[in-house]
Amino acid sequence: MAFKGHMRSADLPIQHEGFLEHKRFRWANVAILLAVVSIIAYFAADVEPRPNGGTWIGYVLGTVSALLIVWLSMLGLRKRAVKPGRWSLKGWTSAHVYLGAALLVLATLHTGFQFGLNVHTLAYALMVVVIVSGFFGVYYYAVIPSRMSDNRGQRSQAELLEALHALDRQLRESAQPLDQVYVREIKRSIRRTKIRPPLFGSIASLKRRCPTERALKRMQKAEPNAPDDMRDAIKDVTAILQRKSALLQRTRQHIRYKTLLRLWLHIHVPVTLALLIALAAHIISVFFYW
Amino acid sequence: MLAMVATVNPGGLRVERIKIAIVGSGPAGLSAAGRAAERGISHVLLEKAPHLSDTIYKYQRGKYIMATPDQLPLRSDFPFEAGSRESIIDGWNETAEAEKINVRLNAEVTGISGSQGGFTLALKDGETVEADFVILAVGVQGNPNTVRAPGGDLPFVQYQLDDPKEYFDENIIVIGGGDAGIENALGLSADPEQGNIVTLLQRAEGFPRAKEANVQALYAAQSAGKLDFITEATLNRIEQGGSGEAPWIAVVDAKEGEARLPVDRVIARLGAAPPRKFVEAAGVEFTGPDREAFPVLNQRYESTVRGLYIIGALAGFPLIKHCMNQGHDVVEFIAGNDELEPPDTPLLEALFDKAPVRRSVDDWLEHIRKDVDILQDVSPLQMREFLLSSVIHFKKRGDVVINRNDIGSSVFAIVDGAVRVEVDPDDPRKTVRIDAGTIFGELGLISGRRRTATVRADEPTTLLEIPRNATLKLMASVPGVKRRLDTLAMERQVGQLFGRLLPQRAIKDIVSAAEIIPLKAGETFIREGERSSDIFIIRSGSVVVEKNIGGKEVFLSYVLAGNYVGEMSLFYDGLRTASVRAAIKSEAVRLPGEIFERLLADNPALRQEIEDQIAQRRRVNDYIEAKRESFTSVVDMHSEVARFLLEEEGLSEATDALVIDETLCIGCDNCELACAEIHEGISRLDREAGSSYAYIHVPTSCRHCEHPHCMTDCPPDAIHRGADGEVFIDEKCIGCGNCQRYCPYGVIQMAAVPPKKPSLLSWLAFGAGPGPGEAPKEWVESQKRGGEEPPKLAVKCDMCAGIKGGPACVRACPTGAAMRISPKEYVKIAGGGEEF
Repeated sequence: MAFKGHMRSADLPIQHEGFLEHKRFRWANVAILLAVVSIIAYFAADVEPRPNGGTWIGYVLGTVSALLIVWLSMLGLRKRAVKPGRWSLKGWTSAHVYLGAALLVLATLHTGFQFGLNVHTLAYALMVVVIVSGFFGVYYYAVIPSRMSDNRGQRSQAELLEALHALDRQLRESAQPLDQVYVREIKRSIRRTKIRPPLFGSIASLKRRCPTERALKRMQKAEPNAPDDMRDAIKDVTAILQRKSALLQRTRQHIRYKTLLRLWLHIHVPVTLALLIALAAHIISVFFYW
Repeated sequence: MLAMVATVNPGGLRVERIKIAIVGSGPAGLSAAGRAAERGISHVLLEKAPHLSDTIYKYQRGKYIMATPDQLPLRSDFPFEAGSRESIIDGWNETAEAEKINVRLNAEVTGISGSQGGFTLALKDGETVEADFVILAVGVQGNPNTVRAPGGDLPFVQYQLDDPKEYFDENIIVIGGGDAGIENALGLSADPEQGNIVTLLQRAEGFPRAKEANVQALYAAQSAGKLDFITEATLNRIEQGGSGEAPWIAVVDAKEGEARLPVDRVIARLGAAPPRKFVEAAGVEFTGPDREAFPVLNQRYESTVRGLYIIGALAGFPLIKHCMNQGHDVVEFIAGNDELEPPDTPLLEALFDKAPVRRSVDDWLEHIRKDVDILQDVSPLQMREFLLSSVIHFKKRGDVVINRNDIGSSVFAIVDGAVRVEVDPDDPRKTVRIDAGTIFGELGLISGRRRTATVRADEPTTLLEIPRNATLKLMASVPGVKRRLDTLAMERQVGQLFGRLLPQRAIKDIVSAAEIIPLKAGETFIREGERSSDIFIIRSGSVVVEKNIGGKEVFLSYVLAGNYVGEMSLFYDGLRTASVRAAIKSEAVRLPGEIFERLLADNPALRQEIEDQIAQRRRVNDYIEAKRESFTSVVDMHSEVARFLLEEEGLSEATDALVIDETLCIGCDNCELACAEIHEGISRLDREAGSSYAYIHVPTSCRHCEHPHCMTDCPPDAIHRGADGEVFIDEKCIGCGNCQRYCPYGVIQMAAVPPKKPSLLSWLAFGAGPGPGEAPKEWVESQKRGGEEPPKLAVKCDMCAGIKGGPACVRACPTGAAMRISPKEYVKIAGGGEEF
């Protein structure tokens, strides 16, 4: 490749406007405006005895926040309902991200900073979890795609896996002339190598325990002491193992990236469902005890 | 009517005396017999083979037969619709029986003598038939060219292949690289279970006579190891195998020397020749001495022998429908029906329905043919055929005919009246008048790009709009049309580019010396450092301008069809300052530089004017070059990206392509899901496939090429370009897969349409049915199992035409990574925003 280092889409010869910059940060501006207006209103409204969800400003902020939560959760539907029309999912995502961030301000002001062990605080807490997990999502979306592209080179995941299989086939063939001890190592590398990195372990630790790595070290050690007629075969196998090891590294990294792009959603979405239930409970109980 | 009379000839043999003897029971002969039977005319249908319609009978089993031309109505007592060989033959056999047609099978006619009222037809078995009229419809397939090499008469050498599934575990040699030979070889090797070892021998270097789709399928089969072919090879002899060899050996003279191939069967498909000797012996004259000559016929298919009519392939009409209509019509003529109009007359009448003047169809045809310059050499029959696929417009003064930037590749001919072309997009008052008899819109046809100007009727005007395919067909079949159209297009293009600078006379000189040069993809036609001052107008395709800087080819610019290159050298003493090569298959018009040089030498004012114009460009070029020196890495990247997109990924021939920004793509595949959701559950794009460069990913998805490869050979003519420029496949698709084979980007797939499914809400709430973009599980399973195969049709991106909001893939991208780009954007990519 003719150039190195990191590039943002703005440097590309084709101008893509990502979801964060959508329409020159239209939704970022709306969100900031909303947050600023809310903060000013919060301090301007001199409510007695103290700021609280039950004051007029509290109701206004609460209503807006509740409507926002419901609307924000509609993104999942919008994404799947591919209907004709002038909508853009990018625009929705952009609004979702910025208005979701603004919600943190609005809902916090709505609480009047009164927290306790009750369904109301539970709803708030769940909301914070959703929003913070969303921040992780935005971060990953912003950072990972280009790294993923670098790491993968020109290949798709299927091609990476196919390349690994091809190397295994080569290993099987090249290992034929070797001693039984080595053949066993190679077989272990072919059969026992785990590609998928563990959810909470590092790729490095997986590499340390990897049979391919073990076989590679073993072969590298064996080479200097090998009898002359074996040396070429060992060299061949070592070279293939080296390539396999490098490719494994890439593939694992690729899968890790893919996981990271999705992992946060496994918190974001279920907690959103819990939030919607808690929110309903919060609203009903407030009106029930009115 | 004459009744059938049996008489006895002097030789004592029984002869039949009848009104019409029809020789040959192909589509034309059958149809003629059908008409005669229907009218109660005494007739006999003489067929050489032991069954009807031998040519169709010998088609490969299951072959799909087209009923072209589509618009032409069938006028016959026999049925004919597009369908399999079997369904058509069955239908004809049934009708022949129902109509009580008087058929004599195994009756080969060896000679025809006499004339109207007294023909004698000699049969091979010694009998004769006497008739008042003879209709000769023997086609050209009756006598196939045979294998001349020793061993060609062995019993396993055959000239037809009925069912390729009948042969197992055989060494089969197919001779002949035409369509028949290739189709046979492919059929015999399609199923590896049959275990046939198939080798095709072709005399020529490639396969110039075969359809491109067949050639590609042949190459694909070879690389898949299914069969083998040897080009530039001839069969020397077939001999008995020596010890350790197969029983029979075919000795083949190949380029590398002699090859000995074991052989169990030879299938020779060497074409057929019209039985000219036989026809001439009856006294019929031909149009000329060459091989392609046909018998001389009048409007009613009567030959130079009175009472002897010739129809069908032998008369030069290879299409089944034409043949059948002729069979019907010729019997009507013989029966004295003088009022018979051709079958397409009502359709043509409808075409001129709204005309302000009343004329008969024949008068219209003659009027158009005589008055429209490019149609001078078109025969009346060809006129009728292409008119059926054309549209006639009657416009009032001021009506818009085409708008600038419209998509369109049809050609308009001005039959009556005149139009005005708005040559300056900024000032609609600047116009050029085009008078009756000429055409416009030809640039869209040639370059495949959008309309360059708005055209309005200047007075009440009659226009003939000929669609792209009909025009191409006309250009291919009538050389005169192509010549006239090319000259006209060149004059217009030169006039458009240099008209303001050069006197009218000079333009005429230039065009008469100009020539059209076809360019292969990647072909360099201007070399840096060479001496030449020829100027090239890019007629179709696009080219890349490169300059060698420090031993590296640096990308300077990308030039689209409709612009010119090479003019710079006029001001550098004829020295080329950069290299230019075709980005894709293109066409250029070469204008000889000497004429320009002379003009400039004679006319200093002109020289100054052109120099001023070019000075601007030179400054731009110098600026780009200076920038290149200081920002080499950026420039390199631009060069590389441009090369990747324009050449490797074929975007230089695209009109609208999907690209994905890999710095934004999160791999969610919502684009594919959206595509499938909006298109019956089949995604027309594959996001992950396709290549990437500099974070730009070009997924496997249609580029909507300027000259779509997929349209090259679509038998039912089902691929079209829509109003928004989208290339789409309509419901006429028969699933033949030609378009898939032609597409160099692999964006067309053959797929069956999955059934309807429940709504999104019931999936979300109750898990009912498959999710968005998915097909029902049971259906997918049944597809994998095969079983009764549902029809698989070609599916591809249609740019979501007609769907509000535009392409779903772009709308459904959550991060904005997916976008569609068009040629204007590539120019921006390629050259710092400056057009060359």
